[in-house]
Amino acid sequence: MKRALLSLLLLLALGAAAHAVTPSEQLADPKLEARARAIGKELRCLVCQNESIDDSNADLAHDLRVLLRQRLLAGDSDTQAVQYIVDRYGEFVLLKPPVEPATYALWFGPPALLVLAALGTMLYLRRRSTSGAGEAPPLSEAERQRLGQILREGDG
Amino acid sequence: MRRAFYLLPMLLFLALAGYFTLALTSGRDPSELPSALIDKPAPGFALAGLGGAPGLDRAALDGQVTLVNFFASWCVPCRVEQPLLLRLAGDKKVRLYGIAYKDKPENTEAYLKELGDPYRAIGLDESGQVGINFGVYGVPETYVIDKTGRIRLRHVGPLTAEDVEQKILPLLQELGRS
Repeated sequence: MKRALLSLLLLLALGAAAHAVTPSEQLADPKLEARARAIGKELRCLVCQNESIDDSNADLAHDLRVLLRQRLLAGDSDTQAVQYIVDRYGEFVLLKPPVEPATYALWFGPPALLVLAALGTMLYLRRRSTSGAGEAPPLSEAERQRLGQILREGDG
Repeated sequence: MRRAFYLLPMLLFLALAGYFTLALTSGRDPSELPSALIDKPAPGFALAGLGGAPGLDRAALDGQVTLVNFFASWCVPCRVEQPLLLRLAGDKKVRLYGIAYKDKPENTEAYLKELGDPYRAIGLDESGQVGINFGVYGVPETYVIDKTGRIRLRHVGPLTAEDVEQKILPLLQELGRS
C-alpha cells in the first residue's frame, strides 16, 4: 500500500516537471527564472505551433528560452523581452492575442453572440407566455368522449 | 420584415461557409507564417566563412537586390531545393548568398561538396542567432532583399520550380528595375 502511494506521488511529481526547460537553461536567480517561466508559457513555439516554448522540445524553442533569459539578464522588462521576440517573429508568437482593432472580432465576437442569443431567447419566451400560445385549449365534450373510448379500447 | 429576421441565421451561416471555403481552397498553408520583417530592413550580421573563405556580412546586401538562403546540412528539404538554387545561381543577374543555420562547418563543407555550392558567399550561423533575428523558424528559408536592404519576401520551405518562376524571378526583375 505504502509502495503504491509512493509510486503515485512520484508519478505526480514527474507530471509537474513535464515541461521542456532543462537545468542547464535555468537562471541562478530564482526571481528572474520565475519571470522567464511566466513569459515562456505565453510564447508559442514556431515549430510545433500549439505548444509554448516552455513545453516544447524543439531546437528553436530551446534557443528562444535561452534568448529570453539573456534578455532578462541584460535588464529587459517583461514587456521589452516579449517585444524583442515579437519584433522578429510577429504577433503569432503570442499564445494570447493582444486586444486591438484587428482582433476585436476574435475577443468580442463570442460574448456579443451570447448576448444576442440571450436577447432572442428572452423575446421569444416573453412573447410565448403573454400570448398563451404555449397552453392547449381544454378538451371539448366530444373530444373527451373520444379519448375515453380510445383508452378503453387500449385496455381490451 | 419578419421573414428577413428568420433568414438571418441562414445568411450568417452562408457567410461563414463562404469564408471557410475561400480559406480552404486558396491553397495557402496556414502553418506557413508571414514574416514580421516584411518591408523592414534586414537585421545586421557579420558571419565567419567556411575554412579560409571570407564570410558574409550585412554590407554585402546593400546596393543590390539579393537572395539570402538559410540552409543546413542536417536539413532534408534543403537537399531538395539545392539543384534549383544551382540553376538560379547560373543566372549572372541573381545574387544568391547562403547562411548555414546551426550547422558544424565541416558538415556544411561536406554538404556543399556533395551537392554543389550555388552561393556567392556563405556565412556560418552556428548559434542560430542571426536566424532568430531574421525570424527563421525552419530551414530552408529564402529571403528577397531589395537595394535598400529591406526584406521584400520570405519563402519558407524548399523552393519549387513554380515558386522560382512565378514568385522569385518576377520580384527580382521588378526590384532590379526600380
